[in-house]
Amino acid sequence: MSFALILKMKGAAMSEMQQGAWTKPAAMAIPKGGFFKDKVEQGRYGPIFPKTPACYGFSIIAKLIPGGEEACYKHAKTIEEAVAKDPNCLAVLKLHYLRWQIFQINGESYFQYQGIFDTDFDKYTEDAVALFSATGIDTVFENLEGFPKDWKTRPEGFIKFVRDHHCPSFLEYGEYPYVSADEIKKALKLKAAFSNMLDQMQ
Amino acid sequence: MLEFDDIQHILLTRTPALTGRYEFLSFRSASGGRAWLNGVLKTIQSAADVLASVDEDKRWVTVAFTWNGLKALGVDETSLATFPEEFKQGMPARADILGDTGANHPDNWVGGLASPDLHAIAILFARDEGERERCNTEHQRFLADCEGVEVLSSLDLLAIPPFDTAHDHFGYRDRLSQPVIEGTHDVPTPGSGPPLKPGEFILGYPDESGRSIDLPQPEILSRNGSYMAYRRLQEHVGKFRDFLRQHGDTPEEQELVAAKLMGRWRSGAPLVLAPDKEDPALGADMQRNNNFNYKEMDPHGYAVPLGSHMRRMNPRDTAANINRRRMIRRGATYGLPLPKDAPDDGADRGIAAFIICASLIRQFEFAQNVWTNDRNFHELGNERDPIIGAHDGTLEFKIPKRPIRKTITGLPAFTTVRGGAYFFLPGIKALRYLATLDVH
Repeated sequence: MSFALILKMKGAAMSEMQQGAWTKPAAMAIPKGGFFKDKVEQGRYGPIFPKTPACYGFSIIAKLIPGGEEACYKHAKTIEEAVAKDPNCLAVLKLHYLRWQIFQINGESYFQYQGIFDTDFDKYTEDAVALFSATGIDTVFENLEGFPKDWKTRPEGFIKFVRDHHCPSFLEYGEYPYVSADEIKKALKLKAAFSNMLDQMQ
Repeated sequence: MLEFDDIQHILLTRTPALTGRYEFLSFRSASGGRAWLNGVLKTIQSAADVLASVDEDKRWVTVAFTWNGLKALGVDETSLATFPEEFKQGMPARADILGDTGANHPDNWVGGLASPDLHAIAILFARDEGERERCNTEHQRFLADCEGVEVLSSLDLLAIPPFDTAHDHFGYRDRLSQPVIEGTHDVPTPGSGPPLKPGEFILGYPDESGRSIDLPQPEILSRNGSYMAYRRLQEHVGKFRDFLRQHGDTPEEQELVAAKLMGRWRSGAPLVLAPDKEDPALGADMQRNNNFNYKEMDPHGYAVPLGSHMRRMNPRDTAANINRRRMIRRGATYGLPLPKDAPDDGADRGIAAFIICASLIRQFEFAQNVWTNDRNFHELGNERDPIIGAHDGTLEFKIPKRPIRKTITGLPAFTTVRGGAYFFLPGIKALRYLATLDVH
């Protein structure tokens, strides 16, 4: 039975996956400032940057404090081990990808954090703050200039730092637009375990 | 460690009240507001008071204030600025975040609740109607003498018979899953998880993160206080019963539909433990009726649909940091019950509840924004909470079934938000501080 036929059998479910938005790669140009003026959705901690064919993302750029570069390389290892030990430790963030870089401007070290998520930045902020300590991610952020010292007790301070250092995209592209990581994993599981198909699709 | 004599009773105790009244007040002058508070102060009981005398008492009073109310009483600007942002903004300003759109929008709220002039609530719970009327008469007489205090509106509350258990107008048994606070004498029922750190619900104590939230200033005003999100939900009983009849051919099928929407049968028996048939004995058994989880016992939602009310309001083992997302619920039903086979008479009936927590943004607003009204909850797509979500008739409800799930489309709105507010619930010392602000 073809996948398309199975989907038809499921009835009127309306996720973007079934609507076929994922079948055509798409690009989206974004106005300066990162928002479409009349369509700003409010999150608990402020306005939400719009969802694009590359889902949700943010890119933080911040200067590293002296010695910060070594700390980053060291804690990359810590995070690698944390994920190896517990592969689902970052599950609450609903991540697709993370890419962290260090680069130089006029001889000074800067850090860039890029994340592609299935959820807007705002939604799981408190959970994110809680898991940073558990995985060692906090020790990277604490090496950024201006990172609030009381971030553990004041999520709003952490969010302000992120919003102040976030560089919104002016263009994003997605090969399979809007599809969540969970949907992708489901589709892969279906492919791998055909006999459990109907259970997985519930 | 818990200062029972400084915490207002509503946070830590339940009272045997069958009726009550909420009085929503506005203070035209600071001195007037303070004089009123001074007058009612002696009727406001702490948790210690109620624990000692609940069997003899016939009435229980709680008082709380909006941020505008604290301002109206004369709290200084510097102190006001230390309160949390969402509390300062007030619930109507957070409508988009909470999903209070369409018919639920604050523009449609009643009783002056959406007005910036809403300053205080006086909650009366009474053992019986006679006592409620006696207290109300006394309070109205007092209010008439209080210059500068205006009644914006009021709401009489009424338990729905039978009175042996609490239930709402839709007939669901309530109050089966409640957090227990460490340091109280309450024992969590099996499956409810361990007692939680008091700071999750009371200001001035460590919470589940191990730390205490920064106290708004001055400390005497905020310590032993909390926040309450008030929600008045009209329940459209006729529509609900029509829906059950539409989607179930027999009474048993209709009961199952009702159960699938909520996550429990109307007796309170949880679907996880009784997936096919109602089980009133299970519903009544506090040692069994909350002893279940989802990830282990019902991962795909064959018993409890992923989008059902109960599964959204407490995702148990399927959500992270669930101990940081719990809330204390208090409140009551209002309006006369609709007789069993009567057509809807259009009367206003529903629930008027308080959600108490130490952080409105982290606890109440998270639940509304991420669990109740988010279409991405569990990737369901075109669903919101079937009981309390914002519905415009275009959403659906998926009931997992073998071989193919059942999808109900065009879910009507069974409830409408008719009002709400963010209140600060001060401790006893704080109330005395507020009543004598002009002296400080």
